[in-house]
Amino acid sequence: MEFIYYFGDVFTPLSLMLLLGGTIGGLILGATPGLSPTMAVALLIPFTFQLEAAQGLILLGAAYTSTVAGGAVSAILLKIPGAPANIATTLDGHTMAKNGEGARALQLSFLASAVGGIFGVLLLIFLTPVLAKWALAFGPSHLFWLAILGVTVISTLDSASVVKGLLSGCIGLWLATIGFDDIMGAQRFIFHPALGGGINIIAALIGLFAIPQVLTMFAKGRGNDGAEVIEVQRHSIMAAIRELFSRTRALSIGTLIGSIIGLIPGVGGQIAGLVAYDQTKKFSPEKDKFGTGHPEGVIAAEAANNAMVGPSLVPLLTLSIPGSPTAAVLLGGLLIHGIFPGSDLFDNHPDVAWTFINSMLIGQVLMCIFGLYVAGLAARVAQVPQSVMVAIVLALSVFGAYSVQSSMGDVYVMACLGIGMFFLERFGFSAAPLVLGLILGPIAEANFIQGSMIADATDGKAAYFMTGGLNLFLIVVVIASIAYSVWMELRHSRYTTKEEAQA
Amino acid sequence: MKQLIAGAAFALTALTGAATADEYPERPIMMMVSYGAGGATDFQARIVTMTAGNEDALGMPIAIINKPGAGGRVGWNWFATQADSDGYTLAAYNVPHFIAQSIKGGVEYSTDSFEPIANWGADPAVFVVDADSPFNSMEDVVAYSKENPGKLTVSGAGLFVGHHIAALQIDKAAGTKMAYIPTKGGGAAAMKAVIAGEVMGGINNLSDAFRAQEAGNVKILGVADLERSAFLPDVPTMMEQGLEVDNSSVNFRGVMVPKGTPPEVIEKLAITVPEMFANSRVSKKMEAGGSPMHIMTRDEVIEMWGQRQQTLNELLAGL
Repeated sequence: MEFIYYFGDVFTPLSLMLLLGGTIGGLILGATPGLSPTMAVALLIPFTFQLEAAQGLILLGAAYTSTVAGGAVSAILLKIPGAPANIATTLDGHTMAKNGEGARALQLSFLASAVGGIFGVLLLIFLTPVLAKWALAFGPSHLFWLAILGVTVISTLDSASVVKGLLSGCIGLWLATIGFDDIMGAQRFIFHPALGGGINIIAALIGLFAIPQVLTMFAKGRGNDGAEVIEVQRHSIMAAIRELFSRTRALSIGTLIGSIIGLIPGVGGQIAGLVAYDQTKKFSPEKDKFGTGHPEGVIAAEAANNAMVGPSLVPLLTLSIPGSPTAAVLLGGLLIHGIFPGSDLFDNHPDVAWTFINSMLIGQVLMCIFGLYVAGLAARVAQVPQSVMVAIVLALSVFGAYSVQSSMGDVYVMACLGIGMFFLERFGFSAAPLVLGLILGPIAEANFIQGSMIADATDGKAAYFMTGGLNLFLIVVVIASIAYSVWMELRHSRYTTKEEAQA
Repeated sequence: MKQLIAGAAFALTALTGAATADEYPERPIMMMVSYGAGGATDFQARIVTMTAGNEDALGMPIAIINKPGAGGRVGWNWFATQADSDGYTLAAYNVPHFIAQSIKGGVEYSTDSFEPIANWGADPAVFVVDADSPFNSMEDVVAYSKENPGKLTVSGAGLFVGHHIAALQIDKAAGTKMAYIPTKGGGAAAMKAVIAGEVMGGINNLSDAFRAQEAGNVKILGVADLERSAFLPDVPTMMEQGLEVDNSSVNFRGVMVPKGTPPEVIEKLAITVPEMFANSRVSKKMEAGGSPMHIMTRDEVIEMWGQRQQTLNELLAGL
């Protein structure tokens, strides 16, 4: 309970101002397409040069928590996921916004983020030593199986057709091979210098999600401009709170999965939201509602991606190993003040460590309050006439893709993927499985190569990948997940043929 | 109107034309870092350039732009082929990385594509093992490796980076064959592999290993440099332990410009930049972060690049 002694430090005037500034700034940065939490934190590091160590970290911690939540705003309103963490949020969130329920979707997303986020930070406070062991338990073989498990999720992400879901997952896996291979340095499918570094995930996200809708709106033409203005429903905050706690299954699955997966270095942040979405759908009695603007989809995804924030810092704070790109940037922020994470941090600078962690706790609450405050206003975005909206989304997409690494190459990649996805969508393929393939491909590949190199030097591939408790557990889960999909598919096809026969 | 056009034309030439030494720099400068935000190179680049705007330095700020990907190849390819050689586009270099990559091929640069300005840091590779490891010196490591050829797994940040060069040199010096495991995700991932026990040992940056040792997670068995490090006065060099390993694997970081940059600009930078690195605010921040500084002038860097080119040509010839 040591952290309670340091709560006072968060409430000094300067700290509180930084906390407010970091939270509001973080929400705005997070809502801007292309500015991922990692970049937002990196942008703020120079500002901490002039501050005390603890105050600098308050700013960074608050910004980190609120950018993750802010990403939901563009995901819900514009269908542009700000970061991989927000992919799952677009699936139901954007549909809700299109139905005029943007305010409700945003309120639920901020509330779920706060609940998940607070739980994650509490885990960080109370269970850090235990969690550090768990974070280290995942070696190359386990990460490989985890990535394969992620691939099996594909079939549930696309509600229309398992086969088409798997096909677009394969396209994603292929796209992931483009560029210099990270381990061996081999060149694959590089036809243009802009592809040397592979497909940038953020540029790809913007292209795959935002550009097809821009093209669809263009394709409709100007004839019916303004004819289909959506009526934005007002939604009271109390109702949102009541709704959140009546949907405890989605909330708890999202929070738990987010915090468990968030711990795993290198993988967690990107897939926590998607895996939580998938599991919530599998355990839900109303599976068919997912993808059509079901609030539980938003709740699960957002609870998971904010629950990940606290645990993702465990490897950094205890072992001095940054587990995610954002943690690496935070490490820089600590080092610049001469503080080494690890036992040094908690033993010699407890004021810094606990003030930082407390600021994330308070940051979650502030983020939620501000988020709820702007949700009603922000939802009015849906009322903007389509022709204007197209221009805004297109401009934001180009801006977002360019800003990732100041490269026009990323803008071309975004445009090409977007145009390709527009045609794929016409044939019933969807973007989410494709993106999942793009994210998981390199994880599976790099860990397989690395694992087999270790295995070849030690006890052979079969023993390395197939034995050990954690490996076996993951393999069983993979098989169960595939079996579940096959069973659902079979049941589904039996029903449809029966109905067709009756009709 | 005529005056206006003339004024605009003048402004344009001033912006795009070759700047002379007196005027340079008259607008902010950009520095490309070919690794992601938050990495050691990015972190150090931001510290050493933070005083660029001071009157006694360049008088103009330097903005860092990250172009990460493919172990640095993306950024350096861009710098060699597309960057303007007008003195307003600088880049950070990592030796031996970019030289080794150019020897292995598939990239559009070599030491001839760039003009070095000055070196700011030197981060030697060190051999680390888990805190509970039975190995207590390089002698133990070499003995095990000799008895079990190809069985000693050693992690490092990737192929043809300083860590890999150090592993190759240790193998060559001791006549052993270690299983070098390149990790994706840089030195941090390689360090995690050591601490988690996925591999038996690892080669990592001195700065990161120093922090991990302070945290009680690893033991550092040897430094692949000519002299002991000020951060680790108790850790012997490889040479002291009987292994003929020189400083070829030391990760030198510094600033360069593309070939074709006007000589007077290079000259101005070559004088000013080392002084900028020597600023006491810079060295205080670098020391606090556990990043060893090593300032070298343009001539020293040209010599160092030449030496590395030669050693690496020999070392990588057989691979």
